[in-house]
Amino acid sequence: MSVVRLRNAVCLLGRFPALAGADLDVRAGEIVWLSGPNGAGKTTLLKLLAGLLQLHRGTATVLGIDLAIDRHTHRSSLAFAGHDTFAYDDLSVSENLGFAARAVGASQDAAANAATHFGLDDLAAVTHANLSAGQRKRLALAMAFARDADLILLDEPHAGLDLSGRELLDAELVRAATAGRTVIYSSHETDRAVGLNARTVRIVGGLAFQDALAEQSE
Amino acid sequence: MSLASDAVLIAKKDMRIEMRSRIVFAQVLPFGGIVLLLFAFALDTDRGVLPIVAPGLFWVTVTLSALLAVSRSFAIEAEHGALYALRLSGLDGAAIFLGKAAAIVLQLLVLEVVLATGVFVLYDVHVPGEAVLAVASVAVAATVAIAAIGTVYGVLVAGIRARETLVPLLVLPAVTPLLLAASRSFEYAIDNDLSTSLRWGSLVGVIASVCVMVGVVAFGPLLEES
Repeated sequence: MSVVRLRNAVCLLGRFPALAGADLDVRAGEIVWLSGPNGAGKTTLLKLLAGLLQLHRGTATVLGIDLAIDRHTHRSSLAFAGHDTFAYDDLSVSENLGFAARAVGASQDAAANAATHFGLDDLAAVTHANLSAGQRKRLALAMAFARDADLILLDEPHAGLDLSGRELLDAELVRAATAGRTVIYSSHETDRAVGLNARTVRIVGGLAFQDALAEQSE
Repeated sequence: MSLASDAVLIAKKDMRIEMRSRIVFAQVLPFGGIVLLLFAFALDTDRGVLPIVAPGLFWVTVTLSALLAVSRSFAIEAEHGALYALRLSGLDGAAIFLGKAAAIVLQLLVLEVVLATGVFVLYDVHVPGEAVLAVASVAVAATVAIAAIGTVYGVLVAGIRARETLVPLLVLPAVTPLLLAASRSFEYAIDNDLSTSLRWGSLVGVIASVCVMVGVVAFGPLLEES
């Protein structure tokens, strides 16, 4: 089943075509790694899929919804973690997680499980303002996974995490894919993608080249 | 979830943040008190003027304090990109508006009780017993209107770096008719002219209803553009 289907998708940031005619197909249960240099359009692609940016030309269907017509309906079925944590400084780890889960109608069990999976149980009562950068990153990822979403979009999720955090994240990505969820993430770290058996899509100049790395290695 | 439960979720989140950070109560409340005090000093040469102008000074002080509360309400959403999370939450824009406005209303009502006490003490104002209910009703309606207007303009500028300076520029002209009506209603209530006070109070109620309706309709699209 196709979860994402882009054809000649164009997305403008101001007048700049951050996506300049990208094609992409992603099936349910896949882990897709978006690679590419800075400014290539990876974040723009993820935001487009999340419905946070407008599609200017081409077609984009995500979770069966045509984004040219409706950028809202699919949002409650996806999770997005970006460079910001999307958390509140004065709320604790458990309160931020609880709010993120309740806002999409997910259970508090999902929030508690996400906290456990990202090693945040001991920090449950600590406010976001008092977390280290790495702990904040873990919280942001846990908030994304607490949503119990069908499509998980992660923008450089490994950045800022220590080794144990990266391993917890990778385990969670594999667990999500095994459960039939789809993961699309951007990263500059090739070795993590190999360990995850992720399909590679290279983004260059706003264009997507599917399976580029696999073809190069063959 | 329903509109009401979504709104309660947002309001509880905002109130929890306020109870923990105490920005509004520790900074906005003293600010309001200082403004009241400054007015008293400025008009000190003629003590007879203060009770006459007290309703207007009270609502100007409330409005200035509300600007800070509104800015704070949206600063917490902009700080770590939480506005993105709100957009992605799937929560109805109307529910987010009602929740955020309700939290501002609660904070302002507490503020008004303290400021009103200050007005009674500093400005030597006396409200007749039979007018207390009318004054309280108008205060609640005007507070709802101020919070609704502030919430709409707050989300409009939430994604802009200069939001702190833009909020007053946008909100102050919009609340001017409301301030006039609320001040008039208070003046007539203090003079024990309840029928005229209620006529002005009705206007405040109408303005509040319109502001809430506009917010319910407009907040979602504005959130998308923020």
